[in-house]
Amino acid sequence: MLSHRLQAAWVVARRDFVAVVFSKAFIFFLLGPLFPIVVGFFAGAIGASVQQNLDRVVVGVAMPDGQGDLLVKARDALAGHMEGGAPDFVVLDRLHPGDRFDARRILKDKRLAAVVTGTLDAPVLTATRERIDDWNGMVALFAARAKTGEPAVFPPVRGDVVATSAAREHSGQVLTAQAGQVLLFLLTMLLAGMVLSNLVEEKANKIIEVLAASIPMDALFLGKLFAMLAVSIVGIAVWGAGYGVMVLAGLRSIPLLAAPAVGWPLFLVLGFLYFAMAYLLLGAMFLAIGGMANTVREVQTLSMPATMLQLIVFFFASFALARPGTWLERAAEIFPVSSPYAMLARAAQHAALLPHLGALCWQALWVAVIVRGGALLFRRTVMKSGPAPRRRRASAV
Amino acid sequence: MGKDAEPLAENIDLAIEARGLVKRFDGTAAVDGVDISVPRGAIYGVLGPNGAGKTTTLRMLLGIIDPDAGYRRVLEHERPTEVARRIGYLPEERGLYPSMKSVEAIAFLAALRGVPLAQGRLRARELLEEAGLSYAADRQIRQLSKGMAQQVQLLGTLVHDPDLVVLDEPFSGLDALNQGRLEQLIRSLAARGATVLFSTHVIAHAERMCDQVAIIAGGKVPFAGPVDVARDRLRPQVRLETRARDGQWRAALPVDARCDLKSGGGAFWYFTLPETGVEPLLRALIEGEAGILSLSIERAGLHDAFVAIAGEAAARALEQPETDAGKERH
Repeated sequence: MLSHRLQAAWVVARRDFVAVVFSKAFIFFLLGPLFPIVVGFFAGAIGASVQQNLDRVVVGVAMPDGQGDLLVKARDALAGHMEGGAPDFVVLDRLHPGDRFDARRILKDKRLAAVVTGTLDAPVLTATRERIDDWNGMVALFAARAKTGEPAVFPPVRGDVVATSAAREHSGQVLTAQAGQVLLFLLTMLLAGMVLSNLVEEKANKIIEVLAASIPMDALFLGKLFAMLAVSIVGIAVWGAGYGVMVLAGLRSIPLLAAPAVGWPLFLVLGFLYFAMAYLLLGAMFLAIGGMANTVREVQTLSMPATMLQLIVFFFASFALARPGTWLERAAEIFPVSSPYAMLARAAQHAALLPHLGALCWQALWVAVIVRGGALLFRRTVMKSGPAPRRRRASAV
Repeated sequence: MGKDAEPLAENIDLAIEARGLVKRFDGTAAVDGVDISVPRGAIYGVLGPNGAGKTTTLRMLLGIIDPDAGYRRVLEHERPTEVARRIGYLPEERGLYPSMKSVEAIAFLAALRGVPLAQGRLRARELLEEAGLSYAADRQIRQLSKGMAQQVQLLGTLVHDPDLVVLDEPFSGLDALNQGRLEQLIRSLAARGATVLFSTHVIAHAERMCDQVAIIAGGKVPFAGPVDVARDRLRPQVRLETRARDGQWRAALPVDARCDLKSGGGAFWYFTLPETGVEPLLRALIEGEAGILSLSIERAGLHDAFVAIAGEAAARALEQPETDAGKERH
């Protein structure tokens, strides 16, 4: 009987897998990550262009006796040694004795960030409060250099590079853990949504009754869940390969995430296993919900609490990540629905593998319980609603 | 299983046996104590108006839903899902995956019943050819007409040569030609030894084809048994034409006999055949010199029997509104 169930689950999974992978919708699913990248690229390019224009900060100089030229020269000599560089300095006017220069009016009329007047001994910086605070020291430095005219000598600094520090490593691993959790959450939600719409489509096509009459409901349930899991593997493989090609082509770089404590290969394996567990738990819940719904609108209404629950679980796991060693972290690792997220974060930060074995067994147990419970609920509700009510017509008999 | 629902003793030759099946939805009974015994190899009809509980009964017999109470045994198994591979089921609401090709759809239905996919494809092509649909084998379901898609689904129901075929309203949506073909198909299934159970609200199909019927109304089965027994529930109707209009012989006619006087003398008489039978009636008419011009005795049809039986059940249901009020919704 078990082999019959597995065989039935396989028949359903194969059908769903082929139907999804060879559908137009799957192409859009695969192209999904491209949209944020393309939008991000254009938004970045436009933003950079705008920023470039905005960042072209110019400081006007109006000083007597060629002092302004000396100041600009000093700026050119020192700007390269300053982190972030220095704004451009432009001589606005070479003042003669008795000339008056209205810096405030110039600032209103021209697109200048600031104006330097006075002399090299007593420069006057006319600008907003923030600019004055930022550039006061810089103008003083340039004026001092301009006044002496001597090249400054900068002693060479020898660099003694270390690969990382404990603090940097930890914060990097926390970042890796967060990235893993976010990716896990997004993938899980995406797939759970897909399995749900797949089921609703089946109900709309009236196929569900044939399936329910032919095979055990939990086989149907498992088949659907594993079909979508297989679909996700195809998706991940395509995205991974696409990203790899882009990296090889030099279009993108591998994100500079810190290496997880268990190492990248094992982290990826654990990531997939935890993804599978998180998806199976959520997918089973969504399928049970799908069994109660007849239309997409009903699905949206009914799935809202499950989606909110998943969001809460995700936030809980993220919150626990920021509180290492507390009961919150332990609770997140034990609570079945948040466990995959919390344990993936653990894999990023701790090298011990045994807890993962225990966690996977624990999660698998809950997957079995929820899948079984979900299948029972599904069976109880999926065939509850029959054809639309019709008026009894005694004359038809 | 309910305490009062015990298996029948004489269940050896039964393909389906159900006693006291009850199913409630939201507190209202859609099926309320149904008993059905379907002999192996029979063509068995479940007759009832829309909303009577036919579909819910079939779903329980197939194990799609579990009864709240009662006993069921299908192909010698108390859990019908265990013998799902020996059953073919055509639901009332037909449905196939629109993007699947006909041959793939049939093979998929076969695979659900344990037939390997490759074998299912071969069998599907054979069946499509036999049904004259080989040209549609590689067409997607969405490209087929509703009637053709229905035929494809029917072939998918039979692709694994089931021992028990359950058809829920199989004639609905079919034109007269295809209804005739389906009747022929059902007979051929029974001829090869399969048991066919189908539901319908069209009496003529059941009357032509069924060995036995269960009449279901208001979630209850007021009658289950051979068609002839159902028809015998009603006394035959007599149509008598006499030369005389009155005489001693009138005493042999029931008091409620209807009379139409003929213009040139004589009369037509319409009445239910008395329980004493036709012979005493004839004797009285002859000895009383009624002058019999014509006499016809018509046996009641299944339609009349159904109206009489389902009508009684409906009357009973009116007295129990709390149990049957929700049946239309299921």
